[in-house]
Amino acid sequence: MNEMTKPLLEMQNVSKEYNGNPVLKDVNFTLKQGEVLGLVGENGAGKSTLMNILFGMDVIHQTGGYGGKVLIDGNEVKFTSPLDALKAGIGMVHQEFSLLPGFTAAENILLNREPQNKSVLSLVFGDRANTIDRKELQKEAIAAITKLGVELDPDMLVAEMPVGHKQFTEISREISKSAIRLLVLDEPTAVLTEKEAEMLLKAIRNLASQGISVIFITHRLQEILDVCNKVIVMRDGRIINELDAAQTSIQEMAKLMVGREVSTDAGKHSADDRTFSGKTIMSVKNLWVDMPGETVRDVNIDVKEGEILGIGGLAGQGKLGIPNGIMGLFPAGGKVTLNGSEIPLNNPRACLDSSLAFVSEDRRGVGLLLDESLEWNISFPAMQIQNKFLKNYLGGLIKWRDQAAIKEVTEKYIKQLQIKCTSSMQKAKELSGGNQQKICLAKAFALQPKLLFVSEPTRGIDIGAKALVLQALREYNRKNGVTIVMISSELEELRQICDRIAIITDGAVSGILPASEPSEKFGILMVGKSRKEAM
Amino acid sequence: MKEIKSKDVKKFLVNNIVPIIFIVLCAACIPVAGYSGQYLVDQIITRIVRNSFLVLSLLIPIMAGMGLNFGMTLGAMAGQIGLIFITAWNIVSIPGLLLAAIIATPIAILLGWFCGKMLNMAKGREMITSYMISFFMNGVYQLVVLYGMGSVIPIHANQVILPRGYGARNTIDLLNVRKSIDNFWSIKLFTDENGMGGITIPLLTLILIAILCVIIIWFRKTKIGQDMRAVGQDMEVAREAGIKVERTRILAIIISTVFAAYGMIIYLSNMGTLNTYNYHSQIGMFSIAALLVGGASVSKASIKNVFLGIILFHLMFILTPQAGRNLIGQAQIGEFFRVFVSYGVITLSLVLYEIRTRREKAESAQTLALSQTQEANA
Repeated sequence: MNEMTKPLLEMQNVSKEYNGNPVLKDVNFTLKQGEVLGLVGENGAGKSTLMNILFGMDVIHQTGGYGGKVLIDGNEVKFTSPLDALKAGIGMVHQEFSLLPGFTAAENILLNREPQNKSVLSLVFGDRANTIDRKELQKEAIAAITKLGVELDPDMLVAEMPVGHKQFTEISREISKSAIRLLVLDEPTAVLTEKEAEMLLKAIRNLASQGISVIFITHRLQEILDVCNKVIVMRDGRIINELDAAQTSIQEMAKLMVGREVSTDAGKHSADDRTFSGKTIMSVKNLWVDMPGETVRDVNIDVKEGEILGIGGLAGQGKLGIPNGIMGLFPAGGKVTLNGSEIPLNNPRACLDSSLAFVSEDRRGVGLLLDESLEWNISFPAMQIQNKFLKNYLGGLIKWRDQAAIKEVTEKYIKQLQIKCTSSMQKAKELSGGNQQKICLAKAFALQPKLLFVSEPTRGIDIGAKALVLQALREYNRKNGVTIVMISSELEELRQICDRIAIITDGAVSGILPASEPSEKFGILMVGKSRKEAM
Repeated sequence: MKEIKSKDVKKFLVNNIVPIIFIVLCAACIPVAGYSGQYLVDQIITRIVRNSFLVLSLLIPIMAGMGLNFGMTLGAMAGQIGLIFITAWNIVSIPGLLLAAIIATPIAILLGWFCGKMLNMAKGREMITSYMISFFMNGVYQLVVLYGMGSVIPIHANQVILPRGYGARNTIDLLNVRKSIDNFWSIKLFTDENGMGGITIPLLTLILIAILCVIIIWFRKTKIGQDMRAVGQDMEVAREAGIKVERTRILAIIISTVFAAYGMIIYLSNMGTLNTYNYHSQIGMFSIAALLVGGASVSKASIKNVFLGIILFHLMFILTPQAGRNLIGQAQIGEFFRVFVSYGVITLSLVLYEIRTRREKAESAQTLALSQTQEANA
């Protein structure tokens, strides 16, 4: 493979910024024909942005284009739409399947590119009245499947397929497009079983030997070692290192992926030698949650009274499913006990009644009444669930809102959390993301819970606001002794305020470590060594 | 093994609950009504001839994922307008019907295009939107027929226009075209010595219906049919693959509306009278109910459902007046039943569809729980 002279794909000094925030800086790499390139990095490291640039996605043009050059066969290209990229022979298989459940594999592979026969009526009604040539369709689909080198029944309906076969269908579709030269696979093995993943890796090698280049994005580092020629590790929008896959190790890659200069002292904040009563406040046994995209399979975890427990892991592994399942927002099963008494699942009201509170990651959808005032937002759940802020008349027959008490509590939180607003009557939708998040926290605080779930509290807010939100959580934990379970994709953030951190992989806990452990250890847990091995 | 079997039976019952209810009801009514088998068969053939074209017109929007096309009323209006014209112009028999179809086609295309445009703006709520459009267009239809005809539109024939000089009559006699397709080529079976009674089989109409069935089957195999099925399953996936989603959906509605117009012409020529201000809105309801009785759902319908539905639904209405009279001396109960049952069936089917979708979602959660127990056992 090394004799090839001109690289198929080359990126020179590619950079990109969104609204002044640089997300990619000076990205340089080359990819030869028939080479498999591994691309690894944490969520938000810039992998998706890089691929979006390669494909000329709208989101890039709409935000002011990119800097640097993309070269194919040594000539500079500027794709204006994914269709252009397709014409140049670049295809991509996304993480979410784009398949029709009621169509067979063959129909999906050749969707909208079906071979057709002219009929008499085509003369009258045009080409769309052509009949579809089923035999040819079958033949072309089988050709693509054979090229990929997997076992896949072309007549099977997608709805009846195991996930692996869906993935194969998706890849076959890209291959069936003529002149495919470069295939980008975005975490193709994330949803596969071990055996299916093995088949896929074999297929990738197969494609490479036929001269098709592959960019393989994955979090499973072992697969990189198995199949790639070289690896690019990205972090914070930069290529940290380009490694020869034959000479690196999982440890090295994991360290490069998560290792940050600041990380050495990040654990210090929380390691202030706190002592806990050792009592278990909440115990979760065999929890499963059917949350689309964040499926939880089998989670067992004990939360100690008074601690801040972090739950981390990569996107799609199930960490978000845990609070959403326990709080009854998605169908769930298993056993959850709070202070020894069992909490009924699939019943949000029961959870709230037993002094649990939840700050959702879906701030605008679940978290806030966007068109209502801050007063209402903060007091509403407490009013609804605990009959707070109400004045009773006629022995409780008539309940009136206690406006004065509502105003008082809202102003207390505005001051305490430094919420920037014009008044306590301002509408929630008029606040910035960070301040909206603080309102969500205030709302949960007003419930005075024993245990508080906080899901992605810093998602989409700027650095300054992040620090304030984290500070507020820490203070609330220290002053009121409230146990907090915080779910976040950002490991460093968890390490700043948590006492222990659990890492979720494949819908189960892959390990729990004290926050003071080096981040490299968490990195290894994240990229999915098998559960037992890690424990 | 036994357990699996009983599960299968239960699943079959649940999935086909509507047709099963109707089969049981009809079976109970047949002896009470006391009609002869020959009479019933003859009546059912008449109903099939009358209604199947209309019900078949509903299939294509279902295929395109747009649910039950309550907007078929628009096509029925177009068909009626065509018939009003040829009655006024006194064009008889099959040429008259052909001309009516020619007049109705552009009107149906225009109305279908309008309806399709509207439905594209209300994706996911096609059914309620098309239902409301049919009410709204009913107003426009009344304006045109009640005030426009005779004043703006030059129609002055006495048999069509009210004595005041403008506006169509409430009922229009279609003697000119009455049964002209049916009688063009028909055979009679099992008649008595006087040539009375027996079973009439209108061959030409049946051939027309057969042709439409073939067209629909053929349509599924064309590129546009494949596109419609793709759009019906997932608009986003279809769009990503480069299929023009909006255009395809509008086409589905246009085709349905045009077929509904032809269906209405066949229906009315068989009936022989036109109830100018009522038939079109009734016919939408009854066609949809018949399709659902045949076991179709909002997302899935076949030609089999069409014919089973027409047979069961109309058998019911042939039987109930007589059964009512024999039981409590009231034939009126039949008409009451007809309306009550139509709305009931549509409501039931819509609710069942929702329940089924939800159950499928719950099943995905169950597999998750199951895989965990399996893992624990292993």
